[in-house]
Amino acid sequence: MVLAAGLSKVVPNGSATLVILQDIELAVMPGEAMAVVGASGSGKSTLLGLLAGLDTPTAGRVHLDGVDLFALDEDGRAALRKRLVGFVFQSFQLLAPLTALENVMLPLELSQRDDAEERARAMLSRVGLGERLGHYPKHLSGGEQQRVALARAFVVEPRILFADEPTGNLDAATGAGIIDLLFALNAERGTTLMLVTHDEMVARRCMRQIRLAGGRIANGAR
Amino acid sequence: MAHIRLALRMLARDWRAGELKLLALALIVAVTSVASVTFFADRVRQALTRDAHQLLGADLLLTADHPLDPGFAREAQARGLSTAASVRLISMSRQAGAAHIAGVKAVTEGYPLRGKLRIAPALNVPDQEAAGVPPPGQVWVDERLANAIGAEVGTSLELGNARLQVAAILTLEPDRGVTFFNIAPRLLMNVADLPQTGLIQVGSRVTYALLVAGDRAAMEAYERWAKTRLDRGEGVEGLDNARPEIRAGLDRAQQFLGLTALLAVILAAVAVGLATRRFTRRHLNNYAVMRCLGASQRQLFGLFAWEFVALGAIAAVLGCALGFGVQLVLAQGLTEFVGVPLPQPSWLPAAQGMLLVFALLLGFALPPLMRLKRVPALRVLRRELGGPEESQVVSYGAAIAVLAGLILWQAGSFKLGAYVLAGFTGAGLAFAAVSYGALRLAASAGSLGGVAWRYGLANLRRRARQSTVQILALALGLTAILLLTVTRGDLLETWRARTPAGAPNRFILNIQPDQRAPLAAFFREHGLPPMADYPMVRGRLMAINAVEVSAENYSEARTRRLVEREFNLSYMDELPAHNRVSAGRWFSPSDRESGAVSVEEGIARTLGIQLGDRLTWMVGGQQFTAPVTNLRHLDWDSMRVNFFVIATPPLLERAPTSYITSFHLSGPQGAVMNQLTQAFPNLTVVDMSVVLRQALAMMDRVVEAVQLVFLFALAAGLLVLYAALLATEDERVREAALMRALGASRKQVAAAQCVEFIAIGLAAGALSAAGASGIGALIADRVLQLDYTVNPWLWLLGPALGGACVAVNALAGARAALSQPPIAALRETE
Repeated sequence: MVLAAGLSKVVPNGSATLVILQDIELAVMPGEAMAVVGASGSGKSTLLGLLAGLDTPTAGRVHLDGVDLFALDEDGRAALRKRLVGFVFQSFQLLAPLTALENVMLPLELSQRDDAEERARAMLSRVGLGERLGHYPKHLSGGEQQRVALARAFVVEPRILFADEPTGNLDAATGAGIIDLLFALNAERGTTLMLVTHDEMVARRCMRQIRLAGGRIANGAR
Repeated sequence: MAHIRLALRMLARDWRAGELKLLALALIVAVTSVASVTFFADRVRQALTRDAHQLLGADLLLTADHPLDPGFAREAQARGLSTAASVRLISMSRQAGAAHIAGVKAVTEGYPLRGKLRIAPALNVPDQEAAGVPPPGQVWVDERLANAIGAEVGTSLELGNARLQVAAILTLEPDRGVTFFNIAPRLLMNVADLPQTGLIQVGSRVTYALLVAGDRAAMEAYERWAKTRLDRGEGVEGLDNARPEIRAGLDRAQQFLGLTALLAVILAAVAVGLATRRFTRRHLNNYAVMRCLGASQRQLFGLFAWEFVALGAIAAVLGCALGFGVQLVLAQGLTEFVGVPLPQPSWLPAAQGMLLVFALLLGFALPPLMRLKRVPALRVLRRELGGPEESQVVSYGAAIAVLAGLILWQAGSFKLGAYVLAGFTGAGLAFAAVSYGALRLAASAGSLGGVAWRYGLANLRRRARQSTVQILALALGLTAILLLTVTRGDLLETWRARTPAGAPNRFILNIQPDQRAPLAAFFREHGLPPMADYPMVRGRLMAINAVEVSAENYSEARTRRLVEREFNLSYMDELPAHNRVSAGRWFSPSDRESGAVSVEEGIARTLGIQLGDRLTWMVGGQQFTAPVTNLRHLDWDSMRVNFFVIATPPLLERAPTSYITSFHLSGPQGAVMNQLTQAFPNLTVVDMSVVLRQALAMMDRVVEAVQLVFLFALAAGLLVLYAALLATEDERVREAALMRALGASRKQVAAAQCVEFIAIGLAAGALSAAGASGIGALIADRVLQLDYTVNPWLWLLGPALGGACVAVNALAGARAALSQPPIAALRETE
């Protein structure tokens, strides 16, 4: 489960300060899918970064699976991510020098898993890329790259998946296919999903939505 | 172990994707160039040392004025070293009433241990290598003795009480040069015949020598052993005691080789630094993604560090192997040229190559890698977080420290290393300042001109820091290239010119005062250059500042011998043209009245004589004391008449004086010498052509070697240029794609890039011309003691070369940027 309490992010802006997030309170239950929507600059990505421990808040706490994220140091948060978290990004973030298979193997290799290749092959087959294992990202279409990214996110069987605008770089049809796959995988594995999107259609497929405006939750956590 | 396995897998993946090729190439070229230079320099050094040993005829010479204890020879043989012996004395040789003084050398089988004797079956016929030494009952005489007493091959001559047959004409004696002056014509005989000549009597001046040669380590051990057992009148002559002019040549050759090796080091280091920066920049994102996936900083740093260590090890092995191969080719070329095989290299250069790789990685790759360590994971969400800038102090500090260490190590001489380091550091700082200033200037010029011009200059301004780094790297690379080509050529030419082809090759000694005018007339009549003769007086140094000079006061054998012997003094009012006063001032009119002496700076150092010291001399039974008013620097390479000590004329004018002269005699004038010895039978003519031939041949070999080695370092320089220009390629391709996407024509894109590149090329080229001139002048003046004039062509060549290098890259870059649809370029460089 993901729990945020009194979460704020303020950054210096010249001589003044800029409030990006203010006093965010939310709780996402295990297996729940929550969408974060809002206009550009509303703080969606900052919230995702804080919830995943990629960034540090000005105030407030985040608990992932009961662990206080900011009581840990940077490496402690990385270790927690390794254990609990998967990511999908708008710009795919595949490693260019690595093939599709190697990209999916990477998180398993970083965890020193011996069955990395086997599991990565199976995962790529699951996302429909069993025939494209040896292809480099630059030789894959946008939709295919995002499927590799999904395979990389799910191959470690994370309890929580953070997705940042996963269809933002894709056309509508391809994007819809990716969202179908994301929700299918989520359902299969019972993963908790935090999905940042500006696409209302996509957001509506989640169990809950929060809307950010001016750094606050505008609609309250439903 | 799991980390190392993953690091190796990452290495293979990065290699396959082409991410490491530039870095690997830089490392391999670095090691290859340095290894080939050091392997080759190692062999050349060994060859030079070995050839210098030929001038002794051995690796070590033990000399004595009495028969040496046979224990010296026994010990050498017991240590597995080769030995031979010689006995030298001066005697008259006679044939059919003609008598002439002869420098007799009686030798044992095996002489000489280093180098070869050459003999001819008759006068003026081709010679060949001699197999062994004259057998008992026979002698070999040199051309001068054969001419002087008409001792043709097949006739016999008298030496003391013995009658010996002339069996050959001796044309080359490798160790003849050791005794520079007072060379009487040579008579070489077997030591077995010596007793029957009856020449060795009480009071005879005889020099006994034991020649020793063998493995270097064993020789060093033997030399240490022998030195502790030397008795009075015994001495050791090693390479360091060999003739100063040869020693000077060797030193200078080694400095040139050291210089080449260290230029390769600098170039390699710059290339490695640039390649690693590129690698790091391209991996910022990957690093952030892996942080996101849960890898710790330590794990990731370890991963990249192991990847680099593995790459370094592979590059080191490959580079050393390639370096070994390259030096084989170099050595092959040199062997064909000189006809003498070079000694095998030692394995030390391979170890040095390995060390070099890790030193380069430590100094030039580690700081950019440390930058990776601080890349925030948040970069995956916010691309603008490019990772903190590397600490300038850490990054440049580490690089400079490693570079300084490498330079000092490679230079082999602290002085040379320090000068080059100071030169490059000074040039680097000056280049950075000037580049920055030029970029500011470009900013103000940016508002003028067309779109391409404005955009090109805007690029320079926007990338001020990268542009400065790029200009700096290019300028340093070009500086090295200019130093390697133009400046090196000029320096070598200046060096070579110090022993010109028309250098004197004959010395005439014992010219009596009343023979000066007829001899000068003889020179004129026979078309020889005007005779320049110098008075020569023999004298002994008795005291320095009233302290008696005694051999016991000096530990060096050579110094002891020097003070035991008589000096050849001269006197004159004018400083000889090829001498230079290095301390004090040349004789003034008042010095002339009160009496003063001038001493050669090297011998002054050896004997501990300072400017102002009062020296007491014994000349012709009379003593005089005079102050040292100046020290002189002699040009030993000039082969002209040189004196260690020169006095003001009134001090020596009345002493028994003979004159000495030197002149150049070309091959076709050979017959003149016979006429000269017939007309002036008392004169001793020393034929320096053989000695000179040896010295010139050796110098040519050194020059060849240095040139070959320089050629290779040049290749390393070109790689640096490539790496420097590749450093911003990604960005350029992306920008070009962006401009194209916004509707710029191909021509506009190419023109904008050209403006930027040409500005960088010209700036770097001009800076490099300044750098090469400055460093060249500094090295010439402070290290090599050459009078060097800066080549004005540098100012044209530098910018032209810089422009040409970047133009090629601009074309390649523009092609890369324009050859694919903008979207593909944008996606690829994202």
